This record gives sequence, structure tokens and C-alpha cells, in this order.
Amino acid sequence: MNQVLNAQNLTRYYSVSRGAFKEAAVLKAVDGASFTLERGKTLAVVGESGCGKSTLARLVTMIELPTSGTLNIAGQNIVGATRKTLRTLRPKVQIVFQNPYGSLNPRQKIGAILEEPLLVNTKAPKTERQEKARAMMKSVGLRPEHYDRYPHMFSGGQRQRIAIARALMLDPEILVLDEPVSALDISIQAQVLNLLADLQEKHNLAYLFISHDLSVVRHIADELMVMYLGRVVEQGTRDTVFSNPQHPYTKALLSATPTPDPVRKRERIVLKGELPSPLAPPPGCTFHPRCPVAFEPCNRLNPALLAHDNSLVACHAVNPPTSTSKAA
Amino acid sequence: MSDAVIVSDARKGGKMALLSEFWDYFSESRGAVAGLVVFVAVCLIAIFADAVAPYLPQEQYRDAFLKPPFWQEGADPRFILGTDAVGRDILSRLIYGSRYSLFIGVIVVTISMLLGVTIGLLTGFFRGAFDNAVMRVMDVFLSFPSLLLALVLVALLGPSLTNAMIAIALIQQPHYVRLTRAAVMSEMGKDYVTAARVAGVGNIRLMLVTILPNCMGPLIVQAALSFSDAILAAAALGFLGMGAQPPTPEWGTMLADAREYVTRAWWVVTMPGLAILITVLAINLMGDGLRDALDPRLRRS
Repeated sequence: MNQVLNAQNLTRYYSVSRGAFKEAAVLKAVDGASFTLERGKTLAVVGESGCGKSTLARLVTMIELPTSGTLNIAGQNIVGATRKTLRTLRPKVQIVFQNPYGSLNPRQKIGAILEEPLLVNTKAPKTERQEKARAMMKSVGLRPEHYDRYPHMFSGGQRQRIAIARALMLDPEILVLDEPVSALDISIQAQVLNLLADLQEKHNLAYLFISHDLSVVRHIADELMVMYLGRVVEQGTRDTVFSNPQHPYTKALLSATPTPDPVRKRERIVLKGELPSPLAPPPGCTFHPRCPVAFEPCNRLNPALLAHDNSLVACHAVNPPTSTSKAA
Repeated sequence: MSDAVIVSDARKGGKMALLSEFWDYFSESRGAVAGLVVFVAVCLIAIFADAVAPYLPQEQYRDAFLKPPFWQEGADPRFILGTDAVGRDILSRLIYGSRYSLFIGVIVVTISMLLGVTIGLLTGFFRGAFDNAVMRVMDVFLSFPSLLLALVLVALLGPSLTNAMIAIALIQQPHYVRLTRAAVMSEMGKDYVTAARVAGVGNIRLMLVTILPNCMGPLIVQAALSFSDAILAAAALGFLGMGAQPPTPEWGTMLADAREYVTRAWWVVTMPGLAILITVLAINLMGDGLRDALDPRLRRS
């Protein structure tokens, strides 16, 4: 089996206090996401700010536990798992953050940053840790003399390499990449993406790649998951979603991606309005106030994620509502 | 081989560069440098008191009561800053007194910092009901005028220099709690802390190795500034008879002893007062300079 992670109906709700005299509100940051991660494959999660991408990353990395649903990592369900099980599973999932300036401890030298995961998780002696750290630095394209330097002496791209190296020190099976290149210059983005692709091949890693940049996603993803206000609206392989987007939100996102082709005329779909507050999502389909094709059932029925043309789509316009698809 | 040399050179260069950068910012303020010079001088005087002081602090000269300083008429050339009511050399007492002041400063800052940083780290890290309870207790501490609270504590414990130091440390410790807690909370939200957690770093290592070193900037400044507060508070307690007891040559106690001679012999009161003023001022100037040099937001480019 190549499958290393299996999530079913994953949800994460936060209760948000609104002062002493109001009832706490429920924020559905992730509402029923199901997906699998496979070795050597990349699942990209796309959506605008506040759609639950980063919460998904926090769930997969076990920083937070899901409110409901199941999350199997390496065959073990982490919902209701003991602290000890979580401890043994932690090294299997590592994360690279968006901001390389905040993700490295400014008081630690690069060597110490890379060796810390080994220090706390293994009984490897100092020399072995150093050896591994130096080997890892080499494989992410850092020079040996960087070992004794502090993070503030590095550029953004180099810092991101360090962050990637740290994430790989424990030989994880899954790497969560939370917008790993959006803080970098375009030229550096390509370098880091290529490095990530090389490392994926070399270590046979499963990537959960979170991004809002579709041109990056097109480059790296195998599977694609589009999220809107905590819900998955479209899910499928990269080629199907890019060549034949079904959901109006996906279409709008794709039409907003610039293409380096001056001749091709694109039909730009501009979404009206702002992203609604996730504390008070619209009734029915959460996308309907901004949807160009919204019609009658959209403001009362929440569409279920159903198969359509090789992909999964949650839209009444694509999968007309029948009596059987009355989702909550 | 040559690689290793380069590496160690680079490391050394980095440290030296940081230090020289710090010195550049620090020396920008003349007051800070002056404060540092005076503070170092006071430290040296305290360390070499035996060699510097002309007499022993308790030694009485029965033939020289209340002699004025050397520039006044009727001065005794043996006593540069004059003598007090029982014929002790004021200069020698001041010199030995500097030991007490620095000792008080060091001990009080150490105790209050250890206590305050520990509590602040725990509350900032674990939050929740525990944090709320502890912070309300700290609010109670902070809501009393600090000297009054110190007086009450000393009155409960019994007047002595040790108890005065304990009391001052207790009233200063909430400041460290608040500073540490705030710094820990802001560091907790940063990605490197999350990354360390994901890598499996346990709570204790996370607190002490990952977070605490990144919170030290404001704490160092607070330590420098509260050093002078401690000296001042100890002198005040000494003056009120609640600190060091006579004949200890502690500056505040010297002031208290000399109170009744204010109108007849100004120097008996003025000299210890000046000693306190100069030391506290120097440390405060130094602390301000330290804050400016350590806080990048206050740096002028």
C-alpha cells in the first residue's frame, strides 16, 4: 500500500467567544474534508485566505486534533489516540511554513536547528547527529560552512532550504508544505520547487501542498482539492481540474491565474463581493452569494460532494439536486 | 583543516561583530557610557574596599566628632569627607557601604528574576485558569505602593537586611512575571515554536531552550533598571529602620543615623545621599542605554 494518510470527513470547529453576554459562536474552519495521501504523490489544497487550508495543515501535523471524522496516519487513527501513540506518529509528519523568517529559532545555529529533532527523538550520539545534519544540508543545497551560522545571516530562499532540511531530519513519510514558496521571489520559488520535487523523488515523500497560487500548483500537484469557507468544493486529479473545472469557484480561480500568453484571450470571471465571515456562513451553499450561476436551491440546500466527470464537485449546477442528495 | 579554520574564524567574527555592533549602539548615548563608567568604578571600589578605604568603617575617633569635609573651616585633614557623630570616617563608611548596595542589588535582582521568570514562563506557556489565578495574585502585589508593601513584609518578617532583601525581591517579582509572560505569549505564536512541537520537542525543552532565550532582551533591561530600584528601596527601608541595622555602614542606615544632625552637620546626611543618588543615576542611565541598544525598534538608522 502506498497510502500513508487517510482522512474521512475531517472537521475542526472552534468555539469563538463573543463577550460575556453572547453565546460562543462556532467557527467551522474545516468542515468535512476527505482525502488520502500517497507516497511520492502531491495533494494540493487551494483556496483563498480563511478557507481552512492552514487549519487542515495543523490537523494533519497533529498540532490540533480534529473535532470529528477519522484521520489515519500510517494505519493508526489519531482521533482518540493516546499521547504515546501521538508521540510515535509525530516524526512521520513534518511541516514547512510559509514565512521563513518566523519558522527558524533566531537563537539557534543552523547545526543546532537541524540536530534538535534527532536529539529529542532518537538516542543517536552527537557525532552521528552532526553527520546526518551535514549530509542533509548538502542534499538541500547548503554549504558546509553554514553549519555554524545563525538564521539572520541567510536569505529567504536559504532559510526555506533550512526549514525543509529540518523537516526531513526525522525521515518523515508526509511533508506538509504550508505555502512554502509564496514568501519568496519568483526566481527563488522555482529553485525551491525543484528542490522539493527532487526530494520527493529521493525520499518517496507524500506532500500536502497548500497554496493559493495556481501556477505553482499546476507545476507540482498530482491531485487537487479546492476549498471554500472550510468546505471542499472540488476535488480531482490535476489534469481534470485544470482542463475541465466544474465548480464555478474553481473556474473563477483558474480564470484569475495569469498566463504568459499575450495572444490567448481569457474570459475573466470576476467574483462579486467579499468572502463572508466564517462565523456566519450563508445558508445553503456557502458560495451562493458570490456565485455567477446561483439558482433556486442554492440558498437553502447545501450541495454534497458528488462524482462528476472523474472529479468530485459540490455544486447544484453541476449535480442537480434530487431527493436523495439532500445534504445538511 | 583549512575549512575548520575558516569556520571558526567566521564564528568568532560573527560574535565579535555582534558585540561591536552592540557597542556602537550603546556608545551612541553619552549618558549610558558615563553611567557604565561610574558603575564600573563603584564595583571596583566595592571589591577593593579594604585597600581603598583609609579606615575601618566601625573605627571611632573620639577626638573627632562631626568634623566637616576637608574644604571647610575646622576640618580634620585625616578625614576627607568629615566624620559622623561618633567619630567614624564618612568616606570609609561610604566605601564599605557600596559593598552592601551592590550586594543588595545583585541578590534582589537574582531572586526576583528567578522567581518572576519561572512564574511568567509557566503562566505564559500554559495559560488557562492557572494563568488567570496567578495573574490576579500578581495584580494584588502591584496594586499596593511598593515601598508600603515592603514595609509590611519586613514588619512581618522582622527588620534585618536579609528580610529587607527578601521583601524587595517579592515586590519586584511581578514585573518580571508580566514581562516574561507577555514575551512568552508572543513567541508562542511563532512558527518556530510550532515547528519544534511538530518535531516532538517536549514542554520543558520548549520552554527553556526554544522560547526563553528569545525573551531575554526586555528581561535584561528590566534587571538593570530594577537593580537601582532595589538599592533605592533598601536604602529607604534602612532609613526607616526596617533594613540594615546600625552600625552597618549601609547608605540608607547612615542617613537614618544622621537625621538629627541635619541642621548642625550637613555633610553627615548629604554624603550618603549623594552616594545613593550617583549610583542609582549611573545604573539607570546605563539601563536606558542598554534598552536602546537591545531594542531594534528604538534604533536610529
